[in-house]
Amino acid sequence: MSDLTRLTITAAREGLASRHFTATELTQAYIDAIEPAGDLNAYVLATPEKALEMAKASDARIAKGEGGRLEGIPLGIKDMFATEGVRTTACSRIIRNFVPRYESTVTSKLWSEGAVLLGKLNQDEFAMGSSTETSAFGCAVNPWRRKGSEQPLVPGGSSGGSAAAVAAHICAGAAGTDTGGSIRQPAAFTGTVGIKPTYGRCSRWGIVAYASSLDQAGPIARSVNDAALLLRSMAGHDPKDSTSADLPVPDYQAAVGGSIKGKRIGIPKEYRVEGMSPEIAALWDKGADMLRDAGAEIVEISLPHTKYALPSYYIVALAEASSNLARYDGVRYGERVDGRDIIEMYEKTRAAGFGAEVRRRIMIGTYVLSAGYYDAYYLKAQKVRTLIKRDFETAFADGIDAVLAPTTPSAAFGIGEKSGADPVEMYLQDVFTVTLNMAGLPGISVPAGRSSEGLPLGLQLIGHPFGEAGLFALAQVIEDAAGRFECHDKWWL
Amino acid sequence: MSVDQATVRRVAHLSRIAVTEEEVAHLQGELNAILAFVEQLGEVDTTGVEPMTSVIPMKLPLRADVVNDGDAAERVLANAPASEDGFFAVPKVVE
Repeated sequence: MSDLTRLTITAAREGLASRHFTATELTQAYIDAIEPAGDLNAYVLATPEKALEMAKASDARIAKGEGGRLEGIPLGIKDMFATEGVRTTACSRIIRNFVPRYESTVTSKLWSEGAVLLGKLNQDEFAMGSSTETSAFGCAVNPWRRKGSEQPLVPGGSSGGSAAAVAAHICAGAAGTDTGGSIRQPAAFTGTVGIKPTYGRCSRWGIVAYASSLDQAGPIARSVNDAALLLRSMAGHDPKDSTSADLPVPDYQAAVGGSIKGKRIGIPKEYRVEGMSPEIAALWDKGADMLRDAGAEIVEISLPHTKYALPSYYIVALAEASSNLARYDGVRYGERVDGRDIIEMYEKTRAAGFGAEVRRRIMIGTYVLSAGYYDAYYLKAQKVRTLIKRDFETAFADGIDAVLAPTTPSAAFGIGEKSGADPVEMYLQDVFTVTLNMAGLPGISVPAGRSSEGLPLGLQLIGHPFGEAGLFALAQVIEDAAGRFECHDKWWL
Repeated sequence: MSVDQATVRRVAHLSRIAVTEEEVAHLQGELNAILAFVEQLGEVDTTGVEPMTSVIPMKLPLRADVVNDGDAAERVLANAPASEDGFFAVPKVVE
């Protein structure tokens, strides 16, 4: 039955509809695949009993000729999403025993379409990181390895467990979150497809908050079509999130395979950063050729404030994080460490509960918001953010339909390689992804080639606000030309 | 701008995070590396530029001013490290 895990979601749905197999058999195949994949450390909590219960309910609905768009499809969920009755930790010690009494809007939409919960997936603590190395549960491991090497590689982050699980076929698809690249960078590192939708496209209600003006949920999947299918079920207006957009959700799958003839694709010259690896530069050119061959027009554009996206991001995101994470005080939930008074209780609780990267980010955020520094840092960063968004608006007003850029500056790196003394080295991972979060725009990462060492590399397409459908059409052209990226060497077995 | 060790301690206290003496020296280096990195924003001319307040233009929606949720004390307290009689329990804050 293990080949059931090889099916795309689209193929699995057909198999279920034509009764070739049941949702219970499909779910059991994934449960059997998760069990021996412990070396990947992709799941921080597997929920096989709940999964089988949900699959049984799916089978009953399918038997009656009912069922939603994801009926019987087994998914993994990043541990940022509150799941009712299922431990949700954001991979932090400070809420390591938190069991939500409510369900996030995005996951409840997935369940109402019939999806099955396989478990909660590893990530950087509070989504703060680009490798999953900051997880309180230890690093997730990339199923891909360099040719001829057994060195363990990171799956990227922060949604690294999600990307690793999708690539390793231990879930059919996953729900992740992206604040500065946390869906797209791990997707690029694992040969999977990941989309960060427009800010407001998915509800943030019930998702552990990191930086509220940047956070968005989105899917990671094994094909463009699967990602389109998942996003349709995740997106939509929610009165419980005042920033969620009250707009209808299009049928994204209908856009997959659509013509891109005459589309104008911008190549931003500022993304050709100093020291870009020749491999990444060549991949970028190849991607432009793929789109040109399908009838798109390739145009060089300028996004002059690109280099300021990362430094302004680290002010805005950390300021918002310091405020959001103030709630972890040992009073309402989480682990408490006693002190001689309430202040000492707070300080000891937070010192013991937060990992080093989270403590560092909260402190930077606190500093840039503190009296006397607010204007110099936070206000300045928000002004630069206006300019970053204006760059894109100008390009779009000039007739550009989408922007093509690399997703990451390199292929997946080794565990421990970038966790040295200088935190900025890790932050540079987000140099191509973070601009979109700052501008609120949608972006999709799609595998487009391999490094000389055999590792997958991704390209990123950036669209107009709420232009996800157009991105799926473009991404499918790249998938058709580059093929899908399957990790065949299951070394963890 | 760079921070000295007294500032690190002050920021740690504002953040309600206890730090040891050894951590202060480490954090000073790390915080200064990040602050040096963001320093480059000074190059950008932002004269007359409005700071961003909402990344996607939208009007904040208003809901009807009626009770639509609540009566969930048990659920709210379910994850509290300490609670008593339907309240969160904390160390004594008033002498």
